[in-house]
Amino acid sequence: MGEVILELAGVRYRYPGVDRDAVGGVTLHVREGELVGIVGPNGSGKTTLLRLLVGVLRASAGGVTVAGKPVGEWNRRELARIIGVVPQREEPVFPLTVEETVFLGRYPHMGALAAPRRADRAAVQSALERCDVVAFADRRISTLSGGEWQRVRVARALAQEPKVLILDEPTANLDIRHEMEVFELVSDLVHHDGIGGVVVTHHVNLAVRFVDKMLVINGGRVEAFGTPREVMTREVMERVFQWPVHIETIDGVPQFVPLKSTQTGSAENE
Amino acid sequence: MAVTGAALQALVRNPLADPYLLGLSGGAGVGAVLAIALRLGGPWAVPAAAFVGALVAIGLVYRLALVAGAGVDPRVLLLAGVVVSAFGGAILGAIFSLSSAAELRNSMMWLLGGFDAASWRVLGVFMAYATLPLAYLYYTNRPLDLLSLGEEPAQFLGTDVERLKRRLFVTASLLTAACVAVSGIIGFVGLVIPHAVRMVLGHTHRVLVPAAFLLGGTLLTVADVAARTAFAPRQLPVGVVTALVGVPAFALLLRRWAK
Repeated sequence: MGEVILELAGVRYRYPGVDRDAVGGVTLHVREGELVGIVGPNGSGKTTLLRLLVGVLRASAGGVTVAGKPVGEWNRRELARIIGVVPQREEPVFPLTVEETVFLGRYPHMGALAAPRRADRAAVQSALERCDVVAFADRRISTLSGGEWQRVRVARALAQEPKVLILDEPTANLDIRHEMEVFELVSDLVHHDGIGGVVVTHHVNLAVRFVDKMLVINGGRVEAFGTPREVMTREVMERVFQWPVHIETIDGVPQFVPLKSTQTGSAENE
Repeated sequence: MAVTGAALQALVRNPLADPYLLGLSGGAGVGAVLAIALRLGGPWAVPAAAFVGALVAIGLVYRLALVAGAGVDPRVLLLAGVVVSAFGGAILGAIFSLSSAAELRNSMMWLLGGFDAASWRVLGVFMAYATLPLAYLYYTNRPLDLLSLGEEPAQFLGTDVERLKRRLFVTASLLTAACVAVSGIIGFVGLVIPHAVRMVLGHTHRVLVPAAFLLGGTLLTVADVAARTAFAPRQLPVGVVTALVGVPAFALLLRRWAK
């Protein structure tokens, strides 16, 4: 694995007018070629943590380091060349074409009025290919299915040629096949192409099958951080999600099955 | 006006935004009429007062829209625009009622929109106010593309969103003020023209901004000719012609957008 690209050291954040830390003392690092999953229940601070990672929010205490420099010392344009983000919600109002959308990922590399250079075109082309969206590069984004749109957004982030890719709930509202496709794509980008990856997700079972490390966050605090095997224990899952679970190993990876609340203690084997 | 409309649509992420509907034109009108009524001297003071009026109007509209929630809901924003426009209209009504009859007719005619006052000197005043904002909007075409995605995605793609928004407020106000000061309130140009361009040439601002500039100028010239000749020797204000075309166009857009 490569160099550390993102680093949080004892990071705290409190929203103005709230008397509780949304993120309370999180330490974490992400290396190139490493995929880190961030999971936790609703309102656990996942999205706040992500905003801190990309420098949209400034930590109240502790430090965020991006590519060896404190995040505040980069301007947004420089950050956009290091970190590619696929945000959770995005409702396009103006229907650009797929290729135009992916081209937006080159803007952090381009001068204000300069024409696209060969490197820009090449990066767009390779992002389109890598995410398998070449076939509909000329279509308007308003005509895409949920799975296609998600791949286009990953392609846009890829066109930024980032050192680390951050995805916020990339599989929300996708069916099983498209969920798997998105995770396999991200995993391949990280493990094959060697960029760093951070995935914030509700899908714990899905995430543990692809990530190298998993951060479990609850109430803004780190409940567990480690390999899927270290983190995916009945004890941790039940404490964090406040629900009885059964742990099963599939493909050599622990998976959990939430039990019906009436069955507590008598887990059936599936 | 058309260029301002294109920029405002990106700023508020709403294809129905334009300087008229967002209250900028009304604000500029109040500023300009106030300057005339108070006899603040010269051709330079009117656009300056219009600029202040437009800036106050867009500031008010934006604040009003923010009251309703954390983010700016586009529907609330348009509603705020309507409210601020109505408020501006009330102020104008008060000014007209309190001024003498001769002044009143002149101001009314001017406010309905027209190029009767056109002269090389007026063009000079207009250029002095509008050149820099127009150049800025062309220069900033890529950040405008990003801002159309939403504020957070725009940040992730390298835009300093807060700075861009501040500059767009000022730029849009300057352009609206320059237009209103020389030709009164000509509605719907800022709405219809960018849309026509979007339909034919797409949504990237590198093309949209200059094309809206050219098409806006061309169509207004046509509208002006129509206004002068349709009922000759009587003349219609250009603003009436653009509204007659613009309102049905707005209805069509509203229907498409609501789907």
